[in-house]
Amino acid sequence: MENDDIVWSIINKSFCSYKVNTKTQRFCRNEYNLTGLCNRSACPLANSQYATVREEDGNCFLYMKTVERSGFPRNMWEKVKLSKSLEKALRQINEYLVYWPGFTRQKCKQRLLKISQYLIRMRKLRLRRQKKLVPIQRKQDRRERRREEKALVAARLDSAIEKELLERLKRGTYGDIYNFPQVAFNKALEEEEDAEVNMEGDDYGEDEENEGEEPDEDIDEELEKELEEESENEEIEYVEADSDLERELESESDLEDIEPKASNSVKDNTRRKPRLEIEYETETLSKNPKRTV
Amino acid sequence: MKNKVLRNAQWATLKKEKRKVKKEGQKQRKKEAEALGDKAPPKQIPRTIENTREADITTVDRDDEEVTFDITHDEYESYFSKTYVPKILITSSDNPHSKTIHFIRELTKIFPSSECQWRKRSSVKKMIQSAKEKDYTDVVVINEDRRVPNGMLVSHLPDGPTAYFKISNVKLTKDMKYKNIIKEFTTHRPEVILNNFQTRLGQAVSRMLASLFHYDPQFKGRRAVTFHNQRDYIFFRHHRYEFKSQKRAALRELGPRFTLRLKWLQKGTFDTIEGDYEWIIAGKRHEMETSRRRTS
Repeated sequence: MENDDIVWSIINKSFCSYKVNTKTQRFCRNEYNLTGLCNRSACPLANSQYATVREEDGNCFLYMKTVERSGFPRNMWEKVKLSKSLEKALRQINEYLVYWPGFTRQKCKQRLLKISQYLIRMRKLRLRRQKKLVPIQRKQDRRERRREEKALVAARLDSAIEKELLERLKRGTYGDIYNFPQVAFNKALEEEEDAEVNMEGDDYGEDEENEGEEPDEDIDEELEKELEEESENEEIEYVEADSDLERELESESDLEDIEPKASNSVKDNTRRKPRLEIEYETETLSKNPKRTV
Repeated sequence: MKNKVLRNAQWATLKKEKRKVKKEGQKQRKKEAEALGDKAPPKQIPRTIENTREADITTVDRDDEEVTFDITHDEYESYFSKTYVPKILITSSDNPHSKTIHFIRELTKIFPSSECQWRKRSSVKKMIQSAKEKDYTDVVVINEDRRVPNGMLVSHLPDGPTAYFKISNVKLTKDMKYKNIIKEFTTHRPEVILNNFQTRLGQAVSRMLASLFHYDPQFKGRRAVTFHNQRDYIFFRHHRYEFKSQKRAALRELGPRFTLRLKWLQKGTFDTIEGDYEWIIAGKRHEMETSRRRTS
């Protein structure tokens, strides 16, 4: 009952339910197909001598179809279980498909290789830690978010932190780093500043080395230097921050009331003066046309 | 009333009247207080969640020796007796995106002697194992969801405890109000402020958080890191401070800010399957409500 050519001519020319036409290629959806392509040599319907490899629950099976059995569709496929080891399985294929065309044998081996590879990959993925998807609980989220906002307001963070810091200062956690009242101290510093300008460059490095060893217990001299540095740093900071600060939150307004702000306001005045001049100029300009007229 | 516009208008007027009455009441009370002078009735204290809170059984009493002994003799005993310097490993979840990466980098700036490493798809258990061998004292894993950090796992090595926090409202340094630059932060070790951790659980958490920092802060750097607990939310802030006088300190916020909320606390190192949960938030919703909500 060899009518392969007739079958193929029908499949090829007209309709096949397994056929998938794409722009570039034709594919076959039949699960017995050896390559997945729709062509004469790989068509499981139009070849009465055919073999393929399939995977069922992690086991590979070799399916074979011969011309002799084509009259009994129930017994058409001969199913052989292949060994788990790839080498043995390849040898089995060689044995069973001795008289088959080379194309089939080759493709069967290829297919077996691919299947064994994806089985290995599957096992590996399964062993690795897996992500667990958890449903989003919107209501709960919203409630938590709302309560967080309210807790933030109730916390009054800035005042709480300030309070804690001041308490630490009172308790003497900071040792002799801070010395209030500072007015007299600052004056003394200013006098010394001029004398030590040359020294400063060297001192920076030394101080930082010292910090690691004994940050709490510093000698008086070092302390003075440190304070100098600090005061310098502060100036730099506030000059940077001032212009923004004035318009910002009240909580941060603490930073404003220091000397640099005064200097800034002076600057502002100097800025305003030229503006006045400009106005004056416009007046003169308005006079000019009069003269011309 | 069926008409929405009219209904809203009516509601607005009603509200306005209510407010008016309230304001008048306030004014009157103020007047009375002024008139009476010293004899005035005491000011009314508004009811808040904090001052209507029921006394918790586990609230720590500092004078109770037994309790303080119990608290101080935990896994962090050796840290608080200053025997070791914390060394922290910070990683993220599998495939971190820019915000999480930046967040992790900023954390390394805040925790002294901490390192950040790529996760490289390793499991937490394996990571903890190798971290133990490399003498890390804590492992911090930042979890990410929808490109935003949403969870933090803190594990103390070699044997626990482990805590998982939900992270919310992360604001990175560059998004702060003042354009701080993370590179310009000084490397001084910050001091840690832990506010409002009152219960036993709170103490456990606060000790865990404190032990991520060096026990010997450098006060010269004037950096303060705050964990403020309020209504079970832990607010993290990072400031530079300056004492203006003995009664005033100026603060400037520096680094990232975020909020933590404890999800669970485990005894040992990370083990979600067989681990021994000391406390877990699941199923505690009604227990944790305020007393007003619970009774009604």
